[in-house]
Amino acid sequence: MNDQHPTTAVFFAMLRRDIRVARRELPFFLLRTTLQPLMLMIVFGYLLPKMGMMQAGYTSTLLPGVLALSLALSAVQSVALPMVAQFGFSKEIEDRLLAPVPTRIVALELVVAGTLQGLMAGLFVLPAGRLIMGPIQGLALGNFPEIFLVMVLGAATFSALGLLIGCAISPQQIGLMFSSIIGPMIFFGCMYYPWRALDKIPIMKYAVLVNPLVYVAEGMRATLIPEIPHMDLRVVCGALVFLLALFWHFGQRGFMKRAIT
Amino acid sequence: MPTAIETRALRKIYPAPPARKRGGARTSTFAPRTAAPPQGVRAEGGGIAALDGLDLSVEDGEFFGLLGPNGAGKTTTIGILTTRVRATSGEAFVAGKNVRTEDVAVRRRIGIVPQIPNPDRSLNAIENLIFHGAYFGIATREAERRAMGLLEQFDIGDKAQSKVEELSGGQQQRLMIARALLHEPQVLFLDEPTVGLDPQARLALWDVLRRLHREGRTIVMTTHYMQEADELCNRLAIVDQGRLLACDSPTKLKALAPGDTRIDLTIDGDADAAAASCRTLDGVTRVDVAAPDILAYAARGGELIPALIRAVEQSGARVQNINLAKPSLESLFVSLTGRKLG
Repeated sequence: MNDQHPTTAVFFAMLRRDIRVARRELPFFLLRTTLQPLMLMIVFGYLLPKMGMMQAGYTSTLLPGVLALSLALSAVQSVALPMVAQFGFSKEIEDRLLAPVPTRIVALELVVAGTLQGLMAGLFVLPAGRLIMGPIQGLALGNFPEIFLVMVLGAATFSALGLLIGCAISPQQIGLMFSSIIGPMIFFGCMYYPWRALDKIPIMKYAVLVNPLVYVAEGMRATLIPEIPHMDLRVVCGALVFLLALFWHFGQRGFMKRAIT
Repeated sequence: MPTAIETRALRKIYPAPPARKRGGARTSTFAPRTAAPPQGVRAEGGGIAALDGLDLSVEDGEFFGLLGPNGAGKTTTIGILTTRVRATSGEAFVAGKNVRTEDVAVRRRIGIVPQIPNPDRSLNAIENLIFHGAYFGIATREAERRAMGLLEQFDIGDKAQSKVEELSGGQQQRLMIARALLHEPQVLFLDEPTVGLDPQARLALWDVLRRLHREGRTIVMTTHYMQEADELCNRLAIVDQGRLLACDSPTKLKALAPGDTRIDLTIDGDADAAAASCRTLDGVTRVDVAAPDILAYAARGGELIPALIRAVEQSGARVQNINLAKPSLESLFVSLTGRKLG
């Protein structure tokens, strides 16, 4: 028995486990997390512009939004869904809860693994979007460090939100989670329209600020297509860091409550 | 001998469930599955006392059994000792480490076989063991060597690459034991390990446990099967309603059981009056009432039956059914609690 083996080694062992499982389930993972964004891009970014029902430039607004949606959705789902099942009935998580590390490390690993899955979905959707929608006006991939920063912050924030949701709901409420949390988040997440376009409707403009997806979508807009009016990148990053801290704080608290009664 | 486990005045009070709480998903394997332990005692302040001042001591190398009916506090005790349940008060030490303040050190020293197998279903059988090893800092190659050895030892070597769902209940249970042993823990905990197994799988598991004990491991097992406790354990704690009622070797405990034979009489009529009438008989050492039954203890066993029937009838009641029970852990349990087990 090795009394000294460090916490980081256990953390990476758990991460290795998640990567192995994710690799094995890659086709299902991509289907689950990118089908919806891909269909959105086909309809709004390809079909409607072709029919002349959408301005051709709309793809520039849509691409950052769809990217934000896919990374947020996949991060939140890849943490919350397995957690609900594993705490709720299969109890699979117990082997990790009984590993010789502080219980918070297990929660942290789940959030990190969720962040990686969010990033993966984003990195898959970006080139797919370009393929489906054709040349995107104003696309500035040269900003890659900033683009990547927003993607990491966005995925981490939604992964931590997944932790919070995963601890708070029971298996019977999964459907409710989609209809009552994820649904409104998508429609009011400034995904289909830039936030600055809400200037004409001030109530909405400020009300949507409680929605974390707004910051990811605006952050993607600010970095991918800077020529579209967007929220200041510093505000975006500040808000995401704040939300990440908030979700992590309450998420890990809920996790501890579930893990140790 | 060094002490593997020690608890002092351990108490666990679960908050009383709100009147209309819905959804039973908030429990873990090591916490009672219902919001309220079925037989838990109402504690002052409205909570439910699953454990009410439990003192236990288990030496290294013992096969120790926690015996009691459902809701006695067995699973809560295991939960506290394995760091998954926090005691309301009192102290518990496992392998010399405090479960509250040194939980990581405790987890490093214990192996746990849960009541219901909880393998990682995204991994195959051997991966379950290898990743478990990795969580305990064991290098992949070494973990693989140990894993194969354990799977062979438990007769599931040919299932190493199988998905967990392809294993039968008994095989999954053995996989859980292999997992619990992979990091060579000082103390092995098993929570009702044979519940849900068919008789054959149960006997196979008993063999495994006997062998592990012979190898010198400390084993702590909960069960509500008297026979299992009697056959396997070298020391037993009988718990009920969160309290320790007796603790000794099965042989000594059986010697504590009152009388040589217990005669259970199911009464149609006033059980208290019938019991009072039976108490006047010569040779009857004790009579308890567990309406509609009365439980009479007698040295001469069956010979007293006619006299007991007459005594009951004299009290104005009638005997509907009679059962004889040899001295056993069960009769001890019944004499300690006035209730039957299970």
